[in-house]
Amino acid sequence: MDPLILSRIQFGANISFHILFPAITIALGWVLLFFKLRYNRTGDSAWMRAYFTWVKVFALSFAMGVVSGVTMSFQFGTNWPGYMETVGNIAGPLLAYEILTAFFLEAAFLGIMLFGFRRVSNRIHTLATVLVAGGTTVSAFWIIALNSWMQTPAGFEMRDGKAHAVDWWAIVFNPSMPYRLVHMLLASGLTVSFLIAGLSALRYLSGDRSESMWKALRTGVFTAAILIPIQIFAGDQHGLNTLEHQPQKIAAMEANWNTGPNVPLVLFALPDEAAKENRFEIAIPDGASVVLRHSTSGVVPGLNDYPGNHPPVFPVFWGFRIMVGTGILMLIVSWSAAFFLKRRHSLPKPLALIMVPMTISGWVATLAGWYTTEIGRQPWLVTGVLKTADAVGPVAGSHVALTLAIYLILYVLLLIAYLGVLVHLALKAAKDGDASPLPGVMNAAMSQPAAGE
Amino acid sequence: MSYDWPTALPLIFAGLMGLAILIYVILDGFDLGIGILFAAADDHEQDTMIAAIGPFWDANETWLVLAVGLLLVAFPLAHGTILSALYIPVFVLLVGLILRGVAFDFRAKVPAGSKHRWNRIFFLGSAVASLAQGYMLGVYVLGLDVGLGGIAFGALVALCLSAAYAAMGAAWLIYKTEGELQRKAVRWLRTALVLAALGMVAVSLATPFASPRIFDKWFLFPEILYLSPLPILSALLFVWLWRQTFHLPKPDDRHALTPFLTLAAIFALGFAGLAWSFYPFVVPDKLTIWQAASAPESLVVILVGVVVVLPIIIFYSFYAYRVFGGKATDLTYD
Repeated sequence: MDPLILSRIQFGANISFHILFPAITIALGWVLLFFKLRYNRTGDSAWMRAYFTWVKVFALSFAMGVVSGVTMSFQFGTNWPGYMETVGNIAGPLLAYEILTAFFLEAAFLGIMLFGFRRVSNRIHTLATVLVAGGTTVSAFWIIALNSWMQTPAGFEMRDGKAHAVDWWAIVFNPSMPYRLVHMLLASGLTVSFLIAGLSALRYLSGDRSESMWKALRTGVFTAAILIPIQIFAGDQHGLNTLEHQPQKIAAMEANWNTGPNVPLVLFALPDEAAKENRFEIAIPDGASVVLRHSTSGVVPGLNDYPGNHPPVFPVFWGFRIMVGTGILMLIVSWSAAFFLKRRHSLPKPLALIMVPMTISGWVATLAGWYTTEIGRQPWLVTGVLKTADAVGPVAGSHVALTLAIYLILYVLLLIAYLGVLVHLALKAAKDGDASPLPGVMNAAMSQPAAGE
Repeated sequence: MSYDWPTALPLIFAGLMGLAILIYVILDGFDLGIGILFAAADDHEQDTMIAAIGPFWDANETWLVLAVGLLLVAFPLAHGTILSALYIPVFVLLVGLILRGVAFDFRAKVPAGSKHRWNRIFFLGSAVASLAQGYMLGVYVLGLDVGLGGIAFGALVALCLSAAYAAMGAAWLIYKTEGELQRKAVRWLRTALVLAALGMVAVSLATPFASPRIFDKWFLFPEILYLSPLPILSALLFVWLWRQTFHLPKPDDRHALTPFLTLAAIFALGFAGLAWSFYPFVVPDKLTIWQAASAPESLVVILVGVVVVLPIIIFYSFYAYRVFGGKATDLTYD
């Protein structure tokens, strides 16, 4: 068994599992802050109910993100020792700053955010929410900076086969970093808004008409409706940036074999790398030239210019199409729902039924996007600096195979449990509605005892 | 040895990493220990035990992330060498930490009927993670050479470190609980202390005999004089704590935190002994901290962050512990 292939599958599985949860926590922290601020402003306890429902989802997602993140920090050493040995001087400080500036902040104030509502003043509780939301975002900033540096390295020089930092500003703000960061933050926003909208739709379908359900539903739907066009624009800009810095990735995304003008936009095809052609191709003439160069005669790079140095075409081509397709679906569903909520103040049942499976549409699009960009970097681990094959460790293939099998079983079971608990929490919230009084609270006052009581 | 930056920086980072590991072992030690003690507690006690660690455990585990992170970023060569050699135990540790971490959260959110299943997973994950850490420590002490003897020694240390964690967990419960559970925790502490002491003796004896270099570091005159306080003080603290357990809990709950602090001191002494044994190596007898270190210009960049941020982290960690001070009460989100 080939340790390289197995290690790649294993890391791919781990990072796929991991990214599902930051994709939720990054934006959900800010949504919780929004709920909290609305409560502070209006005193309406329905906002606080929405907060308490969704803070549980945050806690669970955070725990899943932490344990899968710890797994990855160990796997750099167990499976990819060549990575840190070659670029540790660059990756090290970025990872260290993530832990120092973000991770501790989130972890320390998470306890107060989750359990501290009646232990600290309202102001401190709001501050804890701000710090946790900020922490997750700062965390994303550092990780995306490192990931982008691996895509488009800058600000370093090679000495004795090791990368040495020359210009930290250029390393952090490398050419693809701003585009990737914006694209990822918006992806997280969309993931969370569809998660909230979808589970609120489930509550709606099970008969819940409580204020906290409506508040969460509207928040999810309107956020999605606003973010999706911004995301489409940001994604287009990111694509143009990739065209400039990683043309072979664009060639794979478009499944375009020969460099030239008037390149069609391939809608459907089964790319065949051995024959260097597409089978069953359905394409719009000149489409790719228009999209990428904004002119029918625009020159689009082709795979044949990069023999042996371009990524596997099939997964990149299809990953990109799944991402874009999901995005179009998101646009249609969120705008329809926003229309009905705004104009008719209601949600038609068929639309609610569509929104329930769309709960995980953000995950689908995010994963497809990550596969596009990460597989699109191959055969390089760090573009032009370190090949993936040169970073793998001396571990026996059988060991990697064994651990891979157990990881996969564990991840599938945990995902089922996670989704099961989400549904359970939504239905439980639907059953409670706004009817039950808040524990320990008389009448309307959501007052808190002073700290230390 | 000259004291320029390239010499000093790896030394500073070795110290920081050691500090992070020590804080992790003490803080997550009691979380893991409480998970192990889950096996001996009933439903209601389990809820109280979770409440005693609930607001803290995320922050506690972060010290492991920092410790591994510092190994990764400051000593990338050692990170690769050590973790490749410990591939399977690291994997077992990770599975344990995953199960522990998610069970902790799931058990409070699932329908009542499946709560006991997640309680069992919480115990299992905590036990597996503790055993794996002990095994890794045992194998590391023997210089990462895994023969049959190494496996046996690793297994012994695995049991004893788990017992030490259980002792930490029991000591934390003595501080955070009252009534029957508190008295139960005292009994748990006594049982666990015996095994923990055995483990400390085993590691202390095995370390010098595993490597002639370490033997010479300990059993040379006059070093042995400077070093003798470490084992003597540890032994005295063990005995003192053992005798204390017969008088706990005291009226008005006086000295409830003393067992925990005493155990933390014992951990620190043991850790200092280990650090002295291995210095200046980070991979036993193979790589020194200078050979394994990142480039000075990268370490300086990290150090600036550490110096600025670490005091802030310690400050707000104290704050979080203070907010949830006093005896544990049932945790609710709202």
